[in-house]
Amino acid sequence: MFDWFDSDVLLQQLLLGLSNGMIIALIALGYTMVYGIIELINFAHGDLFMLGSFLALTLVGAAMNCGLVDPALMGESSHWWLLGTLVVVCGIFCGGLNLCIDHFAYKPLRRASKLSQLVAAIGVSFIIVNLGLFWGGLPMEVLGGGGAAAAPKDFPHLVSDVNLLGEESFVVMTWNDVVIFVVTIPLMIGLTLFVKFTKLGMAMRATAQHATAARLMGVDVNKVIAATFAIGGFLGGAASVLYANYNSTVSFQMGFRAGMDAFTAAVLGGIGSLPGAMLGGLLIGLVRAMSDQYVGSEWTNVVVFSLLVLILIFRPTGLLGLKQREKV
Amino acid sequence: MQRHSTLLTTAITACTLAGAACGVQAQTSAPLLPSSVKIVSSLPRTGSANAQTTAMVNGIRMALTEAGGKVNGVEVLYEDWDDASPQRGNWDPAIEAANADKGIADAMVVAYIGTYNSGAAKVSMPKLNAAGLAMVSPGNTYPGLTKPGTGEANEPMVYRPSGAINYFRVVPTDDVQGFVAAEFAKTLNATKVFILHDRELYGKGIADVFNKSAKALGMEVVEFDGLDTKAANYKAIATKVKQSKAEVVFYGGTTQTNAAQLAKDLLAQKVDVKLIVPDGCFEEAFIKAAGTNALEGRCYITFGGVEPKLLGGQGKVFYENYKRLYGMEPEAYATYGYEAAKVVLAAMERAAQAGSLSRSAVLKEIAATKGFSGALGTWSFDENGDTTNKVMSVNTVKNGDFETVKVIGN
Repeated sequence: MFDWFDSDVLLQQLLLGLSNGMIIALIALGYTMVYGIIELINFAHGDLFMLGSFLALTLVGAAMNCGLVDPALMGESSHWWLLGTLVVVCGIFCGGLNLCIDHFAYKPLRRASKLSQLVAAIGVSFIIVNLGLFWGGLPMEVLGGGGAAAAPKDFPHLVSDVNLLGEESFVVMTWNDVVIFVVTIPLMIGLTLFVKFTKLGMAMRATAQHATAARLMGVDVNKVIAATFAIGGFLGGAASVLYANYNSTVSFQMGFRAGMDAFTAAVLGGIGSLPGAMLGGLLIGLVRAMSDQYVGSEWTNVVVFSLLVLILIFRPTGLLGLKQREKV
Repeated sequence: MQRHSTLLTTAITACTLAGAACGVQAQTSAPLLPSSVKIVSSLPRTGSANAQTTAMVNGIRMALTEAGGKVNGVEVLYEDWDDASPQRGNWDPAIEAANADKGIADAMVVAYIGTYNSGAAKVSMPKLNAAGLAMVSPGNTYPGLTKPGTGEANEPMVYRPSGAINYFRVVPTDDVQGFVAAEFAKTLNATKVFILHDRELYGKGIADVFNKSAKALGMEVVEFDGLDTKAANYKAIATKVKQSKAEVVFYGGTTQTNAAQLAKDLLAQKVDVKLIVPDGCFEEAFIKAAGTNALEGRCYITFGGVEPKLLGGQGKVFYENYKRLYGMEPEAYATYGYEAAKVVLAAMERAAQAGSLSRSAVLKEIAATKGFSGALGTWSFDENGDTTNKVMSVNTVKNGDFETVKVIGN
């Protein structure tokens, strides 16, 4: 029934895997950066990402209400300026929020045990989930958001649904896929350059290696940590817009699974390593798509986590995590 | 002798009179009837099923108001319990179990209306059965809960530790619904069907029935797979559907288990296929979550019964009253909430008139429900506790609202 060597199918699944993987990778960067600096698994990161998508939904609704975009044209014509604005605004929103979270929840516990910080992170995660639930209940007339707070919401298509490979083609590639690459790849390159070549980036690497030593060298460690949270949050916020646009769904619970996938990606690639998180994200996206196609979606989670276990057995620090790893 | 006999007669008469008087007194002071009793409902309040639950609870409250809040002079209190948690956004086994325990521990509770999800019923049924507390579900459609030979080998006896039946439902079951869905797929000229399910009791159960029925009707089942209900998207699965060239996808799942996302991704991947989903998606939230583009002309929803607005007789009265009271269209399950409460209250009324409102008396009267005339027509509970009502409908989405395309078994 299912031809194993159908190249069209393979190509399509590779494309889907890459698109999904890019989004996961972008979220994973937030986990890995924070872990690299203060060895905290920021459980609230996935939920922060969720809140970003709610802001995106609200802004799209507002744009519709103000007549800036025509709801009837959603999915037909592309609204590049809106998408671009959303990526920046939601990125800044999530970055700022992450900064506040660090300031109010994690900073007071910086000298406490790692476990206290972890529990604080879980607490923040719960708070944000409930904020999302509340936000979902707010009346957003155009989008029909009001009433059922917990229901998944339909996110309108901001870019055209037309198949770029031609309507007859089996493989579907739309601007939705292109947008992901166009936004994600420059962000990743930018981050890598930032960490490698700027003064703040250098300070980040120094803090990751040894916070006390960095402080003795005159690095303002608290500022560095704050910057890390802000950048990680920004990437999560940008990812949230891509996610909402790609899946056209926003739900208060989406942060849990997205966070889980991203965290797994970060561990897979070697937590603390930037290229590791990117590689891990892509790998998880690809493995998911391949497993859905060739193994059965019932087994996809089993496949992903078996892979994680296997890799951790043979490389306990993850794929690109070194013992003396360059952490950020 | 004559005198003696008169005396005797007088004495007997006096005794009889006194006895009768005593009897009357016993009934009026009614030591057996409490001043108030309680019915509770355990339905998902946290999560996207909440809109559906609100409708069911509204139905229950309407039934109670119509009875004047009393049965045979005894006040009936009602409590609306949530069996879902924010962590799951859906029914939660731990909470459903706690609700069952709470209901059992509260001596005032004489009937338990719930659950909405069949999986949740599985948790509370054995507990309530052991306690002899009547349970009436407005929403469970998984056949194995009541019908021997339709589910697992140990079903339904595993839910009846006491051996007696305490569980009833007012909604037709999935063995009927799954077959209707398969028949409908056949009318869409499907030769190949692709079956997915959410790996829950309800979703997998109805997918199994669909699978069996589709094969029996001569359709080829190209795939039978369980979905990861928390996945971000199902584009990879949609690609597989496209490759299989199936004409129909059946998804045994609910709005809460991501049916809307599947509908969207089938459209996004430009798969030319019709999606059939069961009654767990027959709610406004499904249309809201999927968006009309993904559903119109592409999706069919089966439902055990008909849309409230298509009901006749007492159902029509219910529909009109509901709209007047709550100022909105009732969700599909509102009628079942109403009917469940109605049948419980009618049984309580009969039990109270017979002199007892104990759990066992109420249970006995619910089980004895025959020829009940309510919003869903005239129906009875059969020997398994199932409704004899077997009306089914197939619906689609048009102009952002559900539209019935076919009614079966009316």
